[in-house]
Amino acid sequence: MTAIPETEPKLTHQSPSGIDVPVRVGPEALRTEHIGEPGHYPFTRGIFEDGFRGRLWTIRQYSGFGTAEESNERYRFLLDRGQTGLSVALDLPTQCGLDPTNEMARPEVGKVGVSLSTLAEAEILFKGIDLGAISTSFTINGTAAIIYAMYLAVADKQGVPRERLTGTIQNDILKEYVARGTWIFPVRPSMRLIADTILYSNGQTPRFNPISIAGAHVRDAGATAVEEIAYTLANGLAYVDELLRRGGDVEKFAKRLSFFFYVHMDFFEEVCKFRAARRLWARLMRERYGVTDPKAQHFRFGVVCGGSSLVAPQPYNNVVRVAVETMAAVLGGAQSIFTCALDEAYQIPTEFSAELAVRTQQIIAYESGIARSVDPLGGSYFVEQHTDQIEAAVDQVMREIDAYGGVVKAIEEGWIQMRLAERALQRKRQIDTGEKVVVGLNHFSNPEEVCTPGDVFRLDPTASARVIERHQLVLQARDAAAVHQSLQRLSAAAAKDDENIMPYLVDCCHAYATVGEMVACLREQWGDFQEPVRL
Amino acid sequence: MVITANETKAPSTDYPLRGLRILVAKPGLDGHDIGAKVIALAMRDAGAEVIYTGLRKSAQHIARVAIDEGVDAVGLSILSGSHCELVAQVIDCLARAQAPDVKVFVGGTIPVPDHEPLRQLGVRGIYTSDMSLDRVIRDLAQQLH
Repeated sequence: MTAIPETEPKLTHQSPSGIDVPVRVGPEALRTEHIGEPGHYPFTRGIFEDGFRGRLWTIRQYSGFGTAEESNERYRFLLDRGQTGLSVALDLPTQCGLDPTNEMARPEVGKVGVSLSTLAEAEILFKGIDLGAISTSFTINGTAAIIYAMYLAVADKQGVPRERLTGTIQNDILKEYVARGTWIFPVRPSMRLIADTILYSNGQTPRFNPISIAGAHVRDAGATAVEEIAYTLANGLAYVDELLRRGGDVEKFAKRLSFFFYVHMDFFEEVCKFRAARRLWARLMRERYGVTDPKAQHFRFGVVCGGSSLVAPQPYNNVVRVAVETMAAVLGGAQSIFTCALDEAYQIPTEFSAELAVRTQQIIAYESGIARSVDPLGGSYFVEQHTDQIEAAVDQVMREIDAYGGVVKAIEEGWIQMRLAERALQRKRQIDTGEKVVVGLNHFSNPEEVCTPGDVFRLDPTASARVIERHQLVLQARDAAAVHQSLQRLSAAAAKDDENIMPYLVDCCHAYATVGEMVACLREQWGDFQEPVRL
Repeated sequence: MVITANETKAPSTDYPLRGLRILVAKPGLDGHDIGAKVIALAMRDAGAEVIYTGLRKSAQHIARVAIDEGVDAVGLSILSGSHCELVAQVIDCLARAQAPDVKVFVGGTIPVPDHEPLRQLGVRGIYTSDMSLDRVIRDLAQQLH
């Protein structure tokens, strides 16, 4: 444990992003002209006129582990407890485009998520779950196009028309290079693949979000709330530019762009960051790209509450943290919320802790009353001023990225990664010294406490062997000629810059080609990302 | 008024790791590298020469770099739950390459019940995110000098 600083913590005058916060804000701070009304430009107060009255946010818990059967069982458990959307966690081999039989993959099969190496696994994963009636979110990036193709193939097999499918693939490769690390191909072909999925999805699955531009991972790695928004909006603009280069219609594709963030503990900074981001995005879309349809100016986002704000010592404190963060997400106007379980700082949640996390959202939704009126904090002198301050600070960071030469260059050269590592070191030192208070960790800790209480989640140690066994059975049972032919067509499409790859991937999935085989075809054409290691 | 990155360079009055060469490596497929980078920067601030491998390196690759670079220690960062398998692989590769003197440390999400088995494999120190950097540096200095 960290040594307990001897002094009592003091209330700071700065937000965690380094913004000076005055002790009192009065009516002189209110600039009503740019706040606007709920459901109207610039959407400071939310994208819907009626807030959550029309539709509550989606309660969507990230989950998945071991084999498809075990994950299917957990999904049915969560749906039974009132969860309203699925969120699929995939194992690292699937995320990195390796089959479970690959030597590098073997130790990781089924560990941090479920293995989906072929359509056969996806069929089991969604067995008994009507894909036309539920929305499914996939945290998948390097292989997002393949997993999306696989989802379409399962829907085809279930007989669900594609236009009824709802859900999200994360599909945000830029932040993978910065913080999450499941990249495969170099930046430019990866951007092409993302444009392919978005353009294809707009036509085939018009209610599906083909991208969720995510700030969550850079935030959890160490970025401030301001940097989280700035890096994410900058990435969003890079995708818009790529889609325009490919001939996309911004009025159309912008309606299906979605975002994803972390909520940490500084309540008003979190609420105001969402209000500021919504306004910034709407302005960028209108002023930079001339977007006129309000729906294409909407900044729709999901959040995750918890993450690195949760700590292992005194884990029951985490329930309180997640409740506060969930309230910030609701008051910030989130469209979907994932609440981490109290033990998520150190293990896959048990059924008990997973249920408590869902209940936290339900208590806030149906008992607290905070969702009743749209943007109840709107017009507060402090909230409006703080929103303005965050907006200005985000704009400043975005200018710094522009000055460097744009986000793609900054990532390819490792500049943003380096800034993030420095920021993470700074945050760690602030926690070590007790300057940033974490109750139970660096202040008010209990020396008697012996680590973690309660249940321990145990992954079935035979799961990975069972995954590998079934993978091999699928290889034997499939029509090898059909697989070969579909992969050949995929290679040919990958070689042509202006060909959309998606239909070829769907065909490969239907033929039971493996994720590893499809990635190998693309890698042959495009090569691998060369990670800039700069410290 | 976002804090500038320069403020992170805490003045280090003392260099407990001076004279040591340390390899920080990411074995397996886990892409969470911020902990590895933070510890690399902290060790550099403490006087060590630090080499970082980047992501997704095989045990063979890590052992080869450790030997080619003549390091005193290898720090393995793993947050995916595959630490037992991956650490065993690296230690095995170091032994086969006749470099059993290179000391191995592990950091990341390592559940307490796994600490003893890892020590049995020969791991000299296990560092998790709730430990202070000073404590990690002090422990490394003690083990390596």
